Amino acid sequence: MIAAAIAVGLQLGQLLLVLLLAPLLTGIVRKLKARMLARKGPPVLQPYRDLAKLLRKEAVVAENASWLFRAAPYLMFALLWLAAALVPTFTTRLPLSAAADLIALVGLLASARFLQALAGVDVGTSFGGIGASREMMIASLAEPAMLMVVFTVALFIHSTSIPAIAEFVLHNDVGLRVSFALGLISLIMVAVAETGRIPVDNPATHLELTMVHEAMVLEYSGRHLALVEAAQMLRIMFYMALIASVFVPWGLAGQGARIEDVGIGVAAFLGKLLAGAVLLAIFEVSIAKMRVFRVSEFLGVALLLGLLATIFLYVSQSA
Amino acid sequence: MLSVLLAVVLFLLALGIAGAVFGVPWAARIYAAAACACAVAAVAAVVFLVARADVPEALVLPVGLPWLSAHFRIDALAAWFALVINVAGTASAVFAIGYGGHNDEPARVVPFFPVFLAAMNLVLVADDAFAFLIAWEFMSLSSWLLVLSNHRRPGNARAAQVYLVMAALGTACLLLAFGIMAGPDGAYRFASIRDNPPQGAAAAIALALVLLGTGSKAGLVPVHAWLPLAHPAAPSHVSALMSGAMTKVAIYGLVRLLFDLAGPVPWGWGAALVAVGALSAVIGILHAVVERDLKTLLAFSTVENVGIAVMAFGLAIVFRTNAMGTLAALAFTAALFHVLNHAIMKSLMFFVAGAVEVSTGQRDLEKLGGLIHRLPVTATLALIGAASIAALPPLNGFVSEWLTFQAVLNSPSLPQWVLKFGVPVAGALLALSAALAAACFVRAYGMAFLGRPRSRKAAEAVEVAPSMRWAMAGLAGLCIGVGILPMVPAAAMAPLVRRFAGVDFAPLADGLSFGDFMLLAPVTPGVSSYSGFVVLIAVVAVTLASIEGVHRLATNRLRRAAAWDCGFPDPSPATQYTASSFAQPLRRVYASTVLRARDHVDMPEPGDARPARFTLSMRDLAWDAFYAPVERGVTWLAERMNTLQFLTIRRYLVFMFTALIVLLVTVALAK
Repeated sequence: MIAAAIAVGLQLGQLLLVLLLAPLLTGIVRKLKARMLARKGPPVLQPYRDLAKLLRKEAVVAENASWLFRAAPYLMFALLWLAAALVPTFTTRLPLSAAADLIALVGLLASARFLQALAGVDVGTSFGGIGASREMMIASLAEPAMLMVVFTVALFIHSTSIPAIAEFVLHNDVGLRVSFALGLISLIMVAVAETGRIPVDNPATHLELTMVHEAMVLEYSGRHLALVEAAQMLRIMFYMALIASVFVPWGLAGQGARIEDVGIGVAAFLGKLLAGAVLLAIFEVSIAKMRVFRVSEFLGVALLLGLLATIFLYVSQSA
Repeated sequence: MLSVLLAVVLFLLALGIAGAVFGVPWAARIYAAAACACAVAAVAAVVFLVARADVPEALVLPVGLPWLSAHFRIDALAAWFALVINVAGTASAVFAIGYGGHNDEPARVVPFFPVFLAAMNLVLVADDAFAFLIAWEFMSLSSWLLVLSNHRRPGNARAAQVYLVMAALGTACLLLAFGIMAGPDGAYRFASIRDNPPQGAAAAIALALVLLGTGSKAGLVPVHAWLPLAHPAAPSHVSALMSGAMTKVAIYGLVRLLFDLAGPVPWGWGAALVAVGALSAVIGILHAVVERDLKTLLAFSTVENVGIAVMAFGLAIVFRTNAMGTLAALAFTAALFHVLNHAIMKSLMFFVAGAVEVSTGQRDLEKLGGLIHRLPVTATLALIGAASIAALPPLNGFVSEWLTFQAVLNSPSLPQWVLKFGVPVAGALLALSAALAAACFVRAYGMAFLGRPRSRKAAEAVEVAPSMRWAMAGLAGLCIGVGILPMVPAAAMAPLVRRFAGVDFAPLADGLSFGDFMLLAPVTPGVSSYSGFVVLIAVVAVTLASIEGVHRLATNRLRRAAAWDCGFPDPSPATQYTASSFAQPLRRVYASTVLRARDHVDMPEPGDARPARFTLSMRDLAWDAFYAPVERGVTWLAERMNTLQFLTIRRYLVFMFTALIVLLVTVALAK
């Protein structure tokens, strides 16, 4: 009974943690990028202020927008929040994660994207259409690449459940493996594409024809925009947590964890997020945005790397 | 239960006659009666699966060939497919009550619709080659007549002609396959074939013919090209049956022959199915994603989904021949699941297409738009259908995709090298087709239901008749129900899986607590698991929490204003993204090689008053490589044989005499 209560408590804690940290992560990345470009940059807490301001503003909705346009931000936000909360950040003891393994998480992200793209075309403007169309093109390459990474990991560990994968990597000497390295590169490329970062998309631009995500959500305002922005922050959080828990799970509190283990887990997670933010900022300032049709080549490489990783593993396992 | 099914078949045939006699005024009654009959058949199938699945029932009727009689039999496999097609059949008949009156020529539809349903049911219970082929041909011809019912629309007559040629070719393949399987003694009963499966080269030829015969009916690449012509040409409730049910009957034929009658087949056949299935999935959905006719798009998506099911069946064969019972059970379950799911979602989507066509007179995506405001109920149900066919959790399409992925993931233990490399590639293709399906249905739904209306008819659309809405609502309910409680159908197909794989589908073999029941966990419970029910509850709970939170924190003020569109909103609906422009990135990335998609822009010189033109050309390579020669050959032969119609009676007698001599010589030589 107590064990169950603790598990539920940890799950709720995880839900709150990812939600509260997601804007901070975005704020840190923005600040770091600005400093690297010798700008002063907005304060680290600015994303919280932005969200609070958006929540206070009235929502302006286009006259011909349907109920789908208004419902999509809530559903999208909920789906991404749930997905981020199912990835172990500080503990592997997450009762909900049995209900959705990695493939199901990819599915949850796909559901969120499906709704977002539909909301993009709902008002019937060309910007919404261009964003939705490009987003689906990018996703059509990114999703298979991500699933190939999932395959690689799952083939090696014989599980698609993330806590089980994290526990396995924690407790076994996995060593350096070519497939894992390829899988990691592929997953990072997918993460960059899916979160709409440079070089695939530029989160800082508006009114530029190469934009994807921002074009899709152009019609949103007020609380709806706040939810869309928060969902995007949660998406970055999801990918960072996923990469951290699969490839560097050290510090995660295990099944029989005590309270201090949980503390260590949270501290380790904060450290990993900071490291991830630094790497993302360095990556983004050192590379230029690419043309939208180069994205298919970029993600094609990710897909091939994922496939190679899987096949390497097949070969090495059977040899 | 066999007698119930046969009674339903007879009743449906009688309805067909009634339709021919009483015609259109009785249409609604006939459709209602057909719906009841199909519902009875579906219930009978469920009862059989639950209560008596291990005891097949057989019946011999003294009709047909004098030395053979007609054998009928129902086992778990037949009952599962009977359930699938009768669910689709019931929904389709209910839909037709409201929809039938909108057909071009209802008198050409009403008599053949029940006959088509009867023929499909009859294929499933046939237990000798003769009855099977008769029922199969009945199914082909009745559906061909239905395809031809809108014969005045451009292109439909040609679609029907291609369909007829391909159906005849398929039946010819099956005829030869049965001939080889039955052997020189003419043992046409399925029981005799099962006891004495063909060996060696004969088996290889027979199985290749089976694959060609059933694959062409199911729409596998490269023999798929008739399907996107013929399925959309029929009225929508018939399209739903052709895509949702008839392709399943074709898959049933494949499974019956390959898994049951042919004995243990070598793994190579499984590998062939995996390859053909993966190829069909990707090619089918690539066609769908660039297609602008809503019904043709759905027909191409059928090619994709049939491919996924066939791929899972292939994996089941591969695992079974390598004596991996649990994984064979997993793959087999995935395949059967996908058969059910696709029947539900594709019927739903064709109903949606029918509703759109009735209310707007259009099915060209470039002329639709904004229907969510005009058809609120249809739009909501269509959203459920689109999401489940795009394999999104927690709906049903995701369940079978998830199970198929789990089967793919467990393939490294296979000993064959071809499979070690091939199955992950097939898995990647499956993932690609799933992602493209999402893009395809965002486009289809977004262009038809969202945005601003692109034609006057779309702007003035009205919601469709109640029976049509009820049929769609029932199927949408099944999409959700099967998605969140997948263990219910899994339990129904358990006896069937046990029979073919030798073991139980893993989670069902264990002791079942309620918690385990909610969790789909193949192979090793607790390692990889998914629960649509819990996901749905969690999503709903988190959504409600977000709504509550936002409404506490935020202002609830909302203002309607003109669209922002970066400050330059244009009132003309022509300025929105169109279906072709939505598909352009995908076309450019994928279709420029696979489908030879080419954009031609004809831009006049400045000062020239002629309008600029954009044309798009695409080719189906399978058509060029496979269909065009067959079609040309058949036409050529038909023209040559035309002279045979105008001979004297002496010539005919000579022909008959020669044929007799040839047959006698053959028999003498064979002895």
